Amino acid sequence: MRGMKGWELVRPEGRVWWRLVLALVAGVAASGSAVALLATSAWLITTAAAQPPVLILLVPIVAVRAFGVGRGVFRYVERLAGHDAAYRVLGETRARITGRLERIAPGGLSGRRQGDLLARLVLDVDAVLDLWLRVLLPVAVAAVTAFATVVLLVLLLPTAGVAVAVAVLIACTIVPWLTAWTAARAERRIAGERGEVAAAATETLLTAGDIVAFNAVDDVMAAFSAHDDRLAAAERRSAWSAGLGGALLVLCVGGASIAGLVLGSTANITGAVFAVLVLTPLALADVLGGIPAAAQLVIRVRAALGRVQELVDAPEPVREPAMPVALPQGRGLEVKQLRVGYGEDDVLAGLSLDMPAGSRVVITGASGSGKSTLASVLLRFLEPRSGEVLLGGVDLASLEGDQVRSVVGLLTQESHVFDTTIRENLLLAKPGASDLRLWRALYLARLGVFVEGLPDGLDTMVGEHGARLSGGERQRLAFARLLLADRDVLVLDEPTEHLDEETGRALLADLFAAAGKRTVVLLTHRPDLVPAHARRQTMNLT
Amino acid sequence: MKPLDPRLLRRARAARAFLVASVVIGVASGALIVVQAVLLARGIAGVVLHGADVTGVVWALAAVVAGRAALLWLQEVVAQRAAAAVKSTLRRQVLEHALKLGPVWLSGERSSALTTLLTKGLDDLDPYFARYLPQLVLAATVPAGVVGWMATGDLIAAGTVLVTLPLIPIFMALIGWATQAHSRRRQRALGVLAHHFTDVVTGLPTLKLFGRAKAQEDAVRRVTDRHRVASMSSLRVAFLSSFALELLASISVALVAVGVGLRLINGHLGLETALMVLILAPEAYLPLRQVGMQFHASADGVAASEEVFRVLETPLPERGARIDVPDLRTNTLQLYDVTVRYPGRAEPALEGFDLEVRPGEVVALTGASGAGKSTVLSVLLGFVAPERGVVVVGGSAADEFEPTEWRRQFAWVPQRPGLRMGTVADNVRLGRPAASDDEVRLALLAAGASELELDKAVGERGQLLSGGQQRRVALARALVTDAPVLLLDEPTAGLDAEAEAAVVAGLRATGRTVLMVAHRPALIAAADRAVVVGSRELVSV
Repeated sequence: MRGMKGWELVRPEGRVWWRLVLALVAGVAASGSAVALLATSAWLITTAAAQPPVLILLVPIVAVRAFGVGRGVFRYVERLAGHDAAYRVLGETRARITGRLERIAPGGLSGRRQGDLLARLVLDVDAVLDLWLRVLLPVAVAAVTAFATVVLLVLLLPTAGVAVAVAVLIACTIVPWLTAWTAARAERRIAGERGEVAAAATETLLTAGDIVAFNAVDDVMAAFSAHDDRLAAAERRSAWSAGLGGALLVLCVGGASIAGLVLGSTANITGAVFAVLVLTPLALADVLGGIPAAAQLVIRVRAALGRVQELVDAPEPVREPAMPVALPQGRGLEVKQLRVGYGEDDVLAGLSLDMPAGSRVVITGASGSGKSTLASVLLRFLEPRSGEVLLGGVDLASLEGDQVRSVVGLLTQESHVFDTTIRENLLLAKPGASDLRLWRALYLARLGVFVEGLPDGLDTMVGEHGARLSGGERQRLAFARLLLADRDVLVLDEPTEHLDEETGRALLADLFAAAGKRTVVLLTHRPDLVPAHARRQTMNLT
Repeated sequence: MKPLDPRLLRRARAARAFLVASVVIGVASGALIVVQAVLLARGIAGVVLHGADVTGVVWALAAVVAGRAALLWLQEVVAQRAAAAVKSTLRRQVLEHALKLGPVWLSGERSSALTTLLTKGLDDLDPYFARYLPQLVLAATVPAGVVGWMATGDLIAAGTVLVTLPLIPIFMALIGWATQAHSRRRQRALGVLAHHFTDVVTGLPTLKLFGRAKAQEDAVRRVTDRHRVASMSSLRVAFLSSFALELLASISVALVAVGVGLRLINGHLGLETALMVLILAPEAYLPLRQVGMQFHASADGVAASEEVFRVLETPLPERGARIDVPDLRTNTLQLYDVTVRYPGRAEPALEGFDLEVRPGEVVALTGASGAGKSTVLSVLLGFVAPERGVVVVGGSAADEFEPTEWRRQFAWVPQRPGLRMGTVADNVRLGRPAASDDEVRLALLAAGASELELDKAVGERGQLLSGGQQRRVALARALVTDAPVLLLDEPTAGLDAEAEAAVVAGLRATGRTVLMVAHRPALIAAADRAVVVGSRELVSV
């Protein structure tokens, strides 16, 4: 496991190890009880057949009952301890990832669908629970119990013990390998077709209006069915190899039992020991039964944790200076011969731009021309490859990111609104601000009348990602937050992207009006929405 | 949650065949379990009592073990194939039904939820078919067979199992019922945790903007710990259910073993029977225990299928069957007192709207954002049924006509056109599949997009085209039809004044009736007349 990608993230802390050990011990005790129950019963019954005095059977009778109770009790302890430990590891993993991402996001996460990327990450992290509760713990419990059983049988009759050992070894090595291999092969065969069907379904739902309006439902469904047929055919083909691991496990357990019967029938042992040799392997079926499922799961868990690791391993996009200089007094921004990009490609090369304090600058360009990249550099989310950005004459590289962001603020097309009240969302920008200041910011962002009309006012919950607000309201709330933070330079990155034309135009007019004496840098691909008075200094990125 | 949803069997033929196959395999498995027990007992008893030769028993046992392995494999194969067929059937049914329910029903969150359901959600049915259903069949067949066979040898042991076996589902139901509140509370606690983490992680860039990101690592740790404590206290209760199950099953086996042992001493029972009973007793409980386990593993699949049926059971709006739709080239289109209210909204989207559009007229719909301009077009396209009021053509109400026939009268350019993977020509031909290359080129020319090659790929969601190009392809798609009425939703947004003028001129030249949502003065001025939609005062946004 240490070699596994992502292990460092899901590694339990010292105290949690003890809980895991407790879960393991309880699990072995529970599974061991199940094996011992059958072994002792076999011994009891075969001995009883010789009709000995009842007294010598008292101990095994008590033992059988004890094992019967023990299995349930120990299993309960195992599950509690295991879940407690797994939830602790999950919490710690989440905290570690938050810490790592804090240094990487957003500049280090290239690509456009950052929201999707992070949402995916959250789901992937949950694989930690599966890793511990459904893979590592059950496999460890099965292996230890099976090993103990083998030891017991070797003591009774070495040859039969060795035969069972071979069966256990196959069940712990070849069975999981075969299961994982067939699952991976099926996945490889199906993945492509599944992707096609997913893409076709997504497109069909996204263009439902167009399809219905032009009476094309039948044509579209015919095309979708063709994709769907190919997926179903691929799934049917891979079905043939699906149950092989489980079938092999049945052969192992049955073979061990038969070996006990053959080897024990000619050995010099008592009838009771013989019965134990033949019947004990049957109990192993239950003990080892979870291994194929764990092997199948481990593929998904590894993939998920690998993705998480890859994400948090992204290089930190900005080197904080060892000795940051003091924040300059001046608020003018100057971009000189800026070259910046992700991976091998430069997104911007040789860009120069002068933005004196209080100026209005509109920067236009199609999507992909580097507008958001420029915003990231201005916010010190991203480091230039060459050239420099000066704030009040001081190179941003000699300032800490937080220093820069105490002067430069940002409003993006998808401003994150937290699932809490309007008040809490605003206070984020200025902890402890009075209600008076909150209302002032809301009115400046032209959201005051709306909030005043809400039954709960400032204490209205906005919903997940602000779902209870319209797109325009969400952007205005984010803008009010930015105004409250009182930054001297405002970078607006496509603030109207998800709004309809009219709402976007109104928002931009209000943004420029409320900005007052601040410097405003607007990045947009829709210059036609910008009020005429703000369009004096424009620049086009290509 | 029902153990087996009859709707699944009704909707998917493959599921019925699968169930039959599973019962056959289940009965065979049960028989082999009994045979295996009988053979093992005979072999052991023979050796212990009179040192018999085991060769015959060993060969028979080997055959039985091989048979059980083969059945297990077969079950898995059948299950996977059935799952593939059922998923495929449901996917198509859901997609087609969703399209028939229309884009208004599909709007917003529902569309993305449905996409998830069709792509990932249905795959959760795999464990339902591969594990849960076969186990359910086994739970119904194996215990009966096993107990029946035990009864032929030892009535008392069979009686013990028969009494305790039904206790398991009863106890599970009782405890499940008693712990329901606890498990709901735990689910909620876990949900809150996951949600908090999502909110923090997706909001990190924002937190960083305001210098508040560094504190988040500890915040996540603190919140997680608080909820873990709460959720563990309810887990202690929730796990009681499986505790009772395990305990009952293993105590019953112990009871059977001890009882059999004591009766052996008294000479009431032979060794072979006793061993057979001992081997069979755990097998009687095993399927029930596993059903419980698989039930949780397949819960996601059951939830997905319930979601599927919720969609499939949403009734389609009732529409007439008349196909003699009056031609709008010669008939006037009239809307009287049309009021539309979207589900879940208190305010109507459109209220008491009247409109008359004569053949060949160019009419602009104006009004504030959110006043219901696009809703007027949705009503005409039949995407949404008015709560009050009526659309009339040639003396008949629109809802008397068969919807696809009705829609032939209209061609639509939506505000955000949905282009599909393929070429520019493919997309234009959505309007009229039989259009020739020249007709497609002509339509593109009229839409002001003559620079676009017919075989240019548009990419996913039209990404390879600019926003303006996407609109013009959508316009060409409408123009290539021979529909008498064009419904345009802000057709010139994103175009400069010159291109806009060209488009308007092109529209005029077709001589068709045009009803268009318009914001810009130039476009409104180009119409024969403008109609204001809605007069509600909108305070903000």
